[in-house]
Order: sequence, then C-alpha cells, then structure tokens
Amino acid sequence: MSSDTKVTRKLMLYFPECETEKPIVYHLVKDYDLVINIFRARVTPEEEGYLVLDVTGTEENIEKGENFIRSLDIKIDTARKGLTWDSESCAQCGSCIPHCPTGALSIPDRKTMEIVFNTDECIECLSCIKVCPFGAVHSLF
Amino acid sequence: MKTIEEINEKISSGKAVVLTAEEIIDYVDKKGATAAAKEVDVVTTATFGPMCSSGCFLNFGHSKPKMRITEAWLDDVSAYAGVAAVDLFLGATQLRTNDPANIDYPGEFRFGGGHVMEKLVARKEVQLFALSYGTDDYPLREKRVSFTIDDLNQAVMVNPRNCYQNYNVAINASDKPIYTYLGYLKPGMKNCGYSSAGQLSPLLNDPFYRTIGVGTRIWLAGAQGHVYAEGTQHSPSCERGRLGVPSEGAGTLALTGDMKKMDPEFVRGVSLRGYGTSLSVGVGIPIPVLDEETLLQTTIRDRDIKAQVIDYSTDYPERTGKVLASVNYEELKSGSVEILGKKVEAGSLSSYAKARKIAGMLQEEIRSGKFHLTAPISPLPVEQGMKPMKESD
Repeated sequence: MSSDTKVTRKLMLYFPECETEKPIVYHLVKDYDLVINIFRARVTPEEEGYLVLDVTGTEENIEKGENFIRSLDIKIDTARKGLTWDSESCAQCGSCIPHCPTGALSIPDRKTMEIVFNTDECIECLSCIKVCPFGAVHSLF
Repeated sequence: MKTIEEINEKISSGKAVVLTAEEIIDYVDKKGATAAAKEVDVVTTATFGPMCSSGCFLNFGHSKPKMRITEAWLDDVSAYAGVAAVDLFLGATQLRTNDPANIDYPGEFRFGGGHVMEKLVARKEVQLFALSYGTDDYPLREKRVSFTIDDLNQAVMVNPRNCYQNYNVAINASDKPIYTYLGYLKPGMKNCGYSSAGQLSPLLNDPFYRTIGVGTRIWLAGAQGHVYAEGTQHSPSCERGRLGVPSEGAGTLALTGDMKKMDPEFVRGVSLRGYGTSLSVGVGIPIPVLDEETLLQTTIRDRDIKAQVIDYSTDYPERTGKVLASVNYEELKSGSVEILGKKVEAGSLSSYAKARKIAGMLQEEIRSGKFHLTAPISPLPVEQGMKPMKESD
C-alpha cells in the first residue's frame, strides 16, 4: 500500500472529563487533511463524554491525528464500542432488520434466518435499540 | 398405517425415523409420499415467538406463622392472589407497578410478568412482597422475601392461548408511525411485521388437528408438557388454502408444563415499545406419521402458506374486517414483500432460527428415546367460529 492511499477508520473518543476547549474536528480537518464523518456525540462540560466518528485519510495522517487527540488527554477507545449487540440475548426474531439503515444487522442466510451483526457497518443510529423486544442491543452512552 | 404404540416401540428401541417439518419437504419430494410414509415415523414441528396469553401458577409453601395472601407482587409485578393461601398466578403481560406505560408515549415497557417468568426459569432470585388482612388461622399480614424457583413447591406454566395456527401481517397505511405488538410500523406502508414459523409451525403441519389434540405431549421450552385444552379464541372455521392450511389465525392451543424443567433460552420476557410486555415461548410438537395423509400435511411449504395483510392504523383496531392483500411466508422470509404494488420490508417477531433449533432438539430427544408420543385424549374442534364481545343489552 502506498503511503498516500486513503483509509477509513472508526474511532470512539472518550473524554474522561470534558475540559477541552479545543475544536478537535477543525484541527483534524485542517492540520491532518482528514475527512470526518461524525456518527454520534455526547459532549457535556464537566461530565465524561463520547464521540464516535469515521476518519478518512492516509495512514500517516490518521496516526498524527490520533496523536493530536491523545495530546488533549482524550482517550481513543479501541476496546469498547458505542453500540453493542449481545448474541446471547438476541432471540433471533428479526424485528430489527427493516429498521437498520445500513444492513449492519442482517440475515445473510434466509434458510437458517439467523441474525448477524457487523459492527463495521453500524452508524449507531440506535434504531435497533428502540425496536428490539429482548433488549439485545445496548448503547454505551 | 402405523399406530402411536408402534411408533413408541420404535422410539424405545432407538430405531424411530424422525425428520423435522423442514427436512420432510425435500425427503417426500425425493422418495415419494407412499415410501416416505412407510419410512418416516415422526415429523417434528416448532415455533418460538411472543405468546401473550401465557402465565404461571406458583406455590410458595407456608410461612410461620401462616399467611393467606390477598395481594402479591413478584419483582414489583402484580400477581393474582385470588386462589388458595399461597398460590399465585402471574400473567406474562402484567406491567411492573409504577410503569409509566404510554404516559410517556411510546412507553418502553422494560419489565413485566414475562420477564419475571424468564428470571424464574433462569433460576435467578425474585422478590415476593405479599399482603394479607390476617385471619385466626392465617395471622401473618405482610411478607417480603427473595426466592428462586427451587424454593417453590410448584411452578407450572399455564398458557391459555399459544401456537396460533397462522397470523396476520401488520402494516401501517396512515401517515403517522404506530407501535403495535407486531412491532414499530413506519407510516406509508414502509414496513410490515409478521409472526409465524411458517412451514415449521405446529398447527400448519396438522391443519385439521388429526394428531394434535387435548392431552398431546409437547416440548414446552425444554420440558415435557402437554396440550390441556383448545386454546382461547380457537376458531378453525376460516379461509383455507393448499392442503387445508388456514390463511387466518384459526386454531390455537392451551399449553402447560413444569417450569422447573424448562430451559431459559426458550422462556424470554418481551418488551414491545408503545404496546407492553409479553413472553416469547418455544414450543415443539411431534406429529406421528400414521398414514400418507398425515405425512402429506407436513410437507406444506412457506410459499404455500398465505397470510393476510391488515392495516393496524385503522382496520385492525376498528375491526372492519378489511384485508389489504395476501402474501406468503417465502416472500415474508425473503425480507421484503410486494403489497399493493409497493415494496415493503418485512420483519418477524417470531424467530425461525429458534424454531429450527427446537425442531432439531425435539428430533434428537425422540431419536434417543427420551420423548414418546401420545394420542390425544380428546380432539380439538374442527368447526368453530369466534364471537365478538357482547357490547350492549
């Protein structure tokens, strides 16, 4: 892969306490030439906050951007996801399927009718949470 | 021709040929009905979905001093105490006390009777809070205690209406979103909700109740239970299609089983936004292949089972009887159906994946000699309608 190939990465930023006054997104765009797509944010002063976004750019610029974010004492949480699907709680009914706009929740095999969740496709619109009868989908914030 | 006794002998000796209602379709296509009817002994059917008319009787044993319970709550969900001193009935759709219901529309209905039943079967602790007025022989007037299902004498699931033979498909033709027990329906007929296991569903494989009747031994959430009566609203007189399979609700079953022997995977509390709480139950019913006719009934396919599409914004609540369209389960299971020339996304409340799993589990139990079949002790009515409520004198 050449160094100027653009890649997209989904990041979840965790603000232990939102004291930063810096316009983070502005700097990611202007200083590191990153394309930003914000899925969901909860940033409230003096409380912990979350920001889930896609960044698109070169590997090098994404890394620089990530370092910039970390320099502001904001954590890039790679372990946790903003939205999680619990395969044990899921009763495999499929009532979520018509409400998922991206196909992150899907039934790839119509013979077995099993539900599959692909976190990479999820834009965290939270539609599934509202319609799941079994509480199988959870939002971190 | 085979008898139930002959089939049971084969089950006991581990020689019974058992196929699921899904497997039997291709098998009969390949072998022909006559040969298959000779070879196959049992076809297993199954369903897993919300069945609101469900509940359980619980017996707590006696406190010291004794108490004649008159009001009771299980994890703050009210249970009916109008039976003997320490017997309670808990219904699946009972809301938790102080649930705001639809005051904050649409209500979330996170916890209710069905969820308490799920916790009981999962052997989790549940809190009993009971009140009484006190009598000479039952003086205790208040009790609060945590218990699990193992502390009870009996925990018997008693479901007055399960296994609807078929069910309608809900759609919303209005210009506002609506919340129904068949899910959240977007305005302008953008999606529809259905709930049936289709070709796997018990009563769709025995449409005239030739083998399933009162007394039939069933697989109820992993326990061996039985059909104790015709289900409430059992109304077999209706429109029927190929192989006599109804395209409306039609037959229903009243089921019972020992909750202490159930598997929590198949007893699940349900929260339906804007509607309320319920319980999803897994049911498996074996069909003995007595002759070619009983076998042929089990070969029904999703594409041959029709369901009526009903507008839940007007026609359903107003009981107009209007049917917008007819679709089949093959179309519904594909994820989208065409209704009045419009592509509509379809979502299911019933889990076909779980129904498949149950049909396979029951198949294995019969093959290994753990589950024997029974003949009904009395048949279910084959001709009967359903009355509306009497509303004025």
